[in-house]
Amino acid sequence: MNTVQYGRAFVFGDSVNTDALAPGIYMKHPIGTIASHCLESVDPTFATTVRPGDVVVAGKGFGIGSSREQAAEALKHLGVAAVLARSFGGIFYRNALNLGLPVLVCDSVDGIGAGDLVHVDAATGVIDNKTRGTTLSAAPLPAFLLAMIADGGLVPHLEKRFADRRAAARQS
Amino acid sequence: MGMTLAEKIVARAAGRGHVTPGEIVTCAVDLAMIHDSGGPRRVAPILKRFGVGLWDPGRVVLISDHYVPASDEETRRIGEITRKFAAENPLAGFYDGEGICHVVLPERGHLRPGMFVVGGDSHSPTGGAFGAYMFGVGATEMAGVLATGEIWLTVPETIEIEWSGRLAPGIVAKDIMLFLCAKLGMEGGRTQAVHFRGEAIRSLGMQERMTLANMTAEIGGQTGLVDPDDTTAAFIRRAGAEPGDILRWQSDADAKPTEHHRFDAGTLVPQVAAPHSPANAAAVTEHRSVPIQVAHIGACTGAKIADLRMAAQVLKGRKASVPLLVAPASRRDQEAAARDGTLQILVEAGAKLLPNACGMCAGYGGALDEDVTCISSIARNFKGRMGPSSARIYLGSPYTVAASAVRGRITDPRELLS
Repeated sequence: MNTVQYGRAFVFGDSVNTDALAPGIYMKHPIGTIASHCLESVDPTFATTVRPGDVVVAGKGFGIGSSREQAAEALKHLGVAAVLARSFGGIFYRNALNLGLPVLVCDSVDGIGAGDLVHVDAATGVIDNKTRGTTLSAAPLPAFLLAMIADGGLVPHLEKRFADRRAAARQS
Repeated sequence: MGMTLAEKIVARAAGRGHVTPGEIVTCAVDLAMIHDSGGPRRVAPILKRFGVGLWDPGRVVLISDHYVPASDEETRRIGEITRKFAAENPLAGFYDGEGICHVVLPERGHLRPGMFVVGGDSHSPTGGAFGAYMFGVGATEMAGVLATGEIWLTVPETIEIEWSGRLAPGIVAKDIMLFLCAKLGMEGGRTQAVHFRGEAIRSLGMQERMTLANMTAEIGGQTGLVDPDDTTAAFIRRAGAEPGDILRWQSDADAKPTEHHRFDAGTLVPQVAAPHSPANAAAVTEHRSVPIQVAHIGACTGAKIADLRMAAQVLKGRKASVPLLVAPASRRDQEAAARDGTLQILVEAGAKLLPNACGMCAGYGGALDEDVTCISSIARNFKGRMGPSSARIYLGSPYTVAASAVRGRITDPRELLS
């Protein structure tokens, strides 16, 4: 059986920054604590209502600010399946991909409302909005980044590379 | 076609004769800088998983500045992990409590033109002031760099920002950057290389150029380059290093930047950014008379010796009428301020000195009280940046912060500079 999993859309505006995603005062704590305060200055109910498989949708400059990876890690910890935005903060964008969280640049985020049931295909950039019966598109990710996400992020990806290298060294 | 300075450095690091914006290349890293927050405590477990050590400890600098000094059990533990990592690896440098990483790195001679440098902090573009391609990454990506010595990069577009003419007295690099945050916005999301040029930029000292490059992060730039020149070379020599071939690290005459913006430095006035974004910047006169309860001079972008001297120029013979917190950006800069009388002026004006660390800027070390209005020389005023979400943070130059501290309300520093 191969059913498509839909997640609810949580919709935000422009310039959602890393101090909102991972507030500085909780940074010394484990990711679970940081995640429980994720986005609370923008939407105090987000962290308690978001469920695994849900999708974050935003405007321009999602994740601008700090290099703190916990900004992306908090979303991943809460089970967010993908982030769609008109544009991203550069470091956040790389951090999210490195953690295996698909982040896609999408110009048509206006076609998604809060609570819409959506499915995001990171490989093709196709977004299926079940609630509205529409199909939207995002820029697909390049193959080498998809391979990294498929491995679960940069760490498992490199882990595999180092393991392969050790195996090759043993055989030679 | 010729290459811009950014393209030249990226091409050299990628082992290529030529690169074009938009193509993805793999670059060899000349130097990696990590700090106590995103550094050992986060990268060491990943390296352990890989089963490898540092690709080249002689190309890694570690600087403790976020959780300095330790204030509780968690921060003490972070300090221990950091020192253990330094003890176990023959690093190019380990600086513990010596100041903020972006200031300490060049101060100790680790940067020179043409280098390709990765920093584990978003204000890493600061290194661009030295004509090095330096940019920030998160902890996982840094672990990858530390294990492999490599990183992938989309060759950036170059955005040239030219400032012609000269800045008027009392107007500084911070005003330029707040102006650009409002003018260009912060949501570009293009991860471009910003290249600052023009007479006004050439006439700036290195620490002012560092403020420019530092806040390139706020306008979405990956790095903020300044053409290396005699000023750059002199700074590097004083730091005990050799500047290398400065003439090699210039844009070609026929290079084509993607965009070129030109502004007249002579017409710029002091800028102040209202809560909760640097993009809310406007002329100080727009915010005049906003009462403040705290004035703060701190951070890599706002408390170097050049910044402290600006504040002292305003505060000489005056008293702050609200609490004035000053966190000199490095121990050496604080010592220089003590030697030339700057520190005494600040203290006599009522300044409370804080440790040479990121401190309140990151909201990690100390926090503002609930509901206060603060004016600060830091780079960001996002909601919650200095602790409570209820605090209102205005941003201004050290001149403007000092003048506002004297009057207890946002003040045009030119009124107090004779």
